[in-house]
Formats: sequence, structure tokens, C-alpha cells
Amino acid sequence: MSAMQDYQSSLSDVSSRKFETFSYLPEMDAAAIRKQVEYLVSKGWNPAVEHTEPENAFGHYWYMWKLPLFGETDVDLILAEAEACHKAHPANHVRLVGYDNYTQSKGAEMVVYRGKPV
Amino acid sequence: MPKDDVRSYNAGVKEYRETYWTPEYTPQATDFLACFKIIPQDGVPREEAAAAVAAESSTGTWTTVWTDLLTDLDYYKGRAYAIEDVPGSDEAFYAFIAYPIDLFEEGSVVNVLTSLVGNVFGFKAVRALRLEDVRIPIAYVKTCGGPPHGIQVERDIMNKYGRPLLGCTIKPKLGLSAKNYGRACYEGLRGGLDFTKDDENVNSQPFMRWRQRFDFVMEAIQKAEAETGERKGHYLNVTAPTPEEMYKRAEYAKEIGAPIIMHDYLTGGFTANTGLANWCRDNGMLLHIHRAMHAVLDRNPNHGIHFRVLAKVLRLSGGDHLHSGTVVGKLEGDREATLGWIDLMRDSLIKEDRSRGIMFDQDWGSMPGVMPVASGGIHVWHMPALVSIFGDDAVLQFGGGTLGHPWGNAAGAAANRVAVEACVQARNEGREIEKEGKDILTKAAKHSPELATAMETWKEIKFEFDTVDKLDVQHR
Repeated sequence: MSAMQDYQSSLSDVSSRKFETFSYLPEMDAAAIRKQVEYLVSKGWNPAVEHTEPENAFGHYWYMWKLPLFGETDVDLILAEAEACHKAHPANHVRLVGYDNYTQSKGAEMVVYRGKPV
Repeated sequence: MPKDDVRSYNAGVKEYRETYWTPEYTPQATDFLACFKIIPQDGVPREEAAAAVAAESSTGTWTTVWTDLLTDLDYYKGRAYAIEDVPGSDEAFYAFIAYPIDLFEEGSVVNVLTSLVGNVFGFKAVRALRLEDVRIPIAYVKTCGGPPHGIQVERDIMNKYGRPLLGCTIKPKLGLSAKNYGRACYEGLRGGLDFTKDDENVNSQPFMRWRQRFDFVMEAIQKAEAETGERKGHYLNVTAPTPEEMYKRAEYAKEIGAPIIMHDYLTGGFTANTGLANWCRDNGMLLHIHRAMHAVLDRNPNHGIHFRVLAKVLRLSGGDHLHSGTVVGKLEGDREATLGWIDLMRDSLIKEDRSRGIMFDQDWGSMPGVMPVASGGIHVWHMPALVSIFGDDAVLQFGGGTLGHPWGNAAGAAANRVAVEACVQARNEGREIEKEGKDILTKAAKHSPELATAMETWKEIKFEFDTVDKLDVQHR
């Protein structure tokens, strides 16, 4: 068994801030993100793109990038919107949401571009 | 005096089946339906035993009384309307009984249970009796408050989407000081848990009074939230000796900003639970429900109350979480039966499915769902099975499986968080996570030394005892 390690996390280290689902995994590559978008689409959820300054990520409401892409099933188009949002706000977290209108909840929510923590 | 005239009074003992066995009866949409498993005393015919159970759980008593004639007993009586063999048993049979809705006070699970599982369970004509399932008519469901918030609102409050939630029960169960206890919570929360939990028997003992526990735990939550940027909670157990004391603790939890409190609904009682659920709804407080004492009621396959009934009753009484068993851990639980009652906790319409022990269609209408909590003897190696069995709408709760990590709670929490996210990612990619579980976890552990160490620590532990309470199937 490997030697005991300290758990690295603190108030002063901004890299300790997480952002919910999948934030404990390494950043996904484009192929892995695509698979998650395919899953979201296969569930019939409505995709949406949102972004925020990392220091404001705790709030419930991030900035909407345009409106949710209601009924959109084209994975390339969804990914392109996320990328466009990222290009417009390169320092921000950009997340992809899957709105489930039957449960009135979100079936998926994941950061696809990680901003620079402040 | 004409003998068969129901309007005349004949003192004496009548056979129950003359009045309460009605095989021609078609149950009404507003009826309560119950399925009892009955083992009658030797020599008692099935119809008579079924009728006796219907009588004793509704209007009847052992002898005719003159006051029977002052009401319309035909309107109020319970009716045994069907009998079926129990698969795999020669002595037991199922009796199906319909009760008119007016037998029960609106919004009172207390009243429902007092009738359905009251005196009748000590009745001499039956050797053993078990309430297997009930159908609660939608008309009655609408009179109950149900879960204070439900799954969807909890997700919104806690900001958790697209994955199961993670919890941890703080150990040792008893004996920690409040300040050390808060430390254990803080470590788990900063490592990536969504919730930590008071153990069920943590109330307000001399070694740790509730007030200090609440204060220190709240500091743990606030610091972990600031540190991780994620929303956190701790189930503050407000189970107390009296309702007054329970509400006092609940009010204080609200005052300090806690998002969730906890209650033991069986030992605390249904009156307390229903009242507390109403308080939680009024005060925006989530409610976690533990089920201490359930196995006393539900484990014997021939006598007692099946857990699916206790789960339905809790959904009526109110709770946002309920412990459901894990299937895979240290506590009892048959997979198909568990899948059945977690559907009954979460879904709005559940169809009869004998392969899961569900005897009736159950329509909950718009009543919110209860989040099942899988807790007890589980660790990272169980994660693929747990994600597969429970899906996203559940709390997976690792006590020893977090705190027992060789590097401590934060590392144990991080290991579980990495494992659950890796399993969810793989599931979303269409992989068969139970079959490929080892590969998924091993790959995830490459970038998480905490997970690698957890996998190394618990690799040998399994809980493979046979289930005592199995579904009734042929040739068990």
C-alpha cells in the first residue's frame, strides 16, 4: 500500500473549487464530451449552454448563452454553441445543461470548458 | 323473528364468511386494497380466515352486537374479494381485501395503519399474518402532504444534477464529542461528499448534546462549501423524546441555516413524522428519514408488514429521503424486490408486477417522490452495481467505506466521488458498468491515488449471505 498522502485542498488555493458533476475527474477530451452530448440527446433532453466567472460559480444562476436549444439533436451544433460561448468568454466556466421538461429538472449538467479560477 | 332479515338482531357468533367473504365484489377506484399473506390455524378454511381478517381490520368483532343495526355495515365493512395460492408455499395463501375509503380519516397514515395492522395481527384464527402490499386510492393520496419537497426540488436546492448524491454516516456511532464529530463531517464534505449524516441513535446523549453538535456541524458545512464551491448538508437528527423537543431542535437547525434534518419514522412514530414533514414543508427544510426498527416488522416472510408497505406509508406521511437497502451491502435485500419498492418511492404510477412483489397498480398522482438512500456496508467496489441498480435519483451512503480509508475521511470521500463520476460517465457512454466495473474503476484510479488506495483496502470484502426475506416464488 502506498504511503499516506495529505489531502490537498484549502480556502486559499482556488484550484480546490469544484463545480459539481464530473469535476472530480480530469478534464474530458473532445471525444469524451461528444459522448456525453450524445447521451443527453438520446434522453430527449433540451440542451442549453451557460457560463460564469469561476468566482461566481456557487450561485444557482449562471449566464445563459442565448436560449436553450429546444429540440436540438444535432450533436455538432450543440458542441459548436458551447465552443462559441467559450470563445466569447475564455476565462469563464462553460457548462452544458440537459433540461428534462418531464421531471421539470435537469437530467445533466456538466462543465465542458473549465475557466481560470480566481 | 325472521332469521335471515339483516334488520333483526340475533345475538351470537356468526361465521365471518357470511358477511365478509364477497368473491363477487368488484373493487372501487376509491377503495383501499390490501394483500395479506395468511397462514390459518389448522382446520380453518381459507375463506373463513380471509373473511376474519377483513372483519377484524374493519368493522367486525367476534360476536354480533345490536348496535350493528344502527348503521349501514354493508357500506362500511371490509370485504375479502379474492384468494390466491402463495407460490412455493403449501400452508400460506394471499387474501385480497377491499376497504371503503370512509373507514379512514383523511391525511392520517396513523389511522390507516391502526385499522389495517391493528388487532388483527394478534387474532387467534390466523397462525401468521403479513401485510404484503396495499393500494392507496388516489383520492386518499390527495389528502396527505407527502414528501416535504421531493426529488426534483431537492436537486434544485442542493444543485446536484445528472448523478447520484453521495453521503456518509459518521462513525463511531456513539461517543464522539461535538467538536470532534464536526471535524469528521468537515473532512468528508471537503473531500467531495454532498451530505454527511447523524447515525440513527445519535440524538442528544451526555457525551454530545444536540445543540453543540448542530453548531459545530454547521461550521463544517460552511467551511466545506467555501472550500469546494459546492453545496453541502448534514442530516441533523431531530428525533427526540417528545414532539416539543423535536420541534425545538428543528427550529434551531433552521435558525443556523441547515438545509436538511433527519427523523426516525418508526421509532419516532407516524404522528411525529407527519407533523415534522409538514413543518419541513412550511420551513423549506429537506427531511431525511431513517428506518430503525423496520426489520422487526418486515424481515419475517410470514408475519409482519412488508417493507414496500412501510415505504408507501412513509411517502404518504412525508420524507424526502428514505433508506431502502442496498442489495449489495451488509444488510438484507433481494434485488428484484428492492427495485420494486424504490419504484414505489420515486415514480408517479407503478404497475402491478408480481416479479417484484408488487400486487397492485399504485397511482401517486402529483405527490413528490422520495429519494432512496442506499446505506450499509458498501464501498467503492460496489459503486458500479449501485449506480446500475439505483440510477441517478438516489443517495449512495458510505460510512465505513469513507471513514475507513487509510488516509482519512477526505481521501475516502474523494475516492467515492471519483468512483461515482467515473461510473456515471461510463454509463452515459453506453458501457455495461456492472460487467466492466473493474476496468472503469481501475482506469479512474490512475489519476486518483485516493481511489487506488480505497480499492486496495476493500478488495476482499464481500457480503454474500443468503437473503432471509425472499420474494414468494415456486421452488425456492
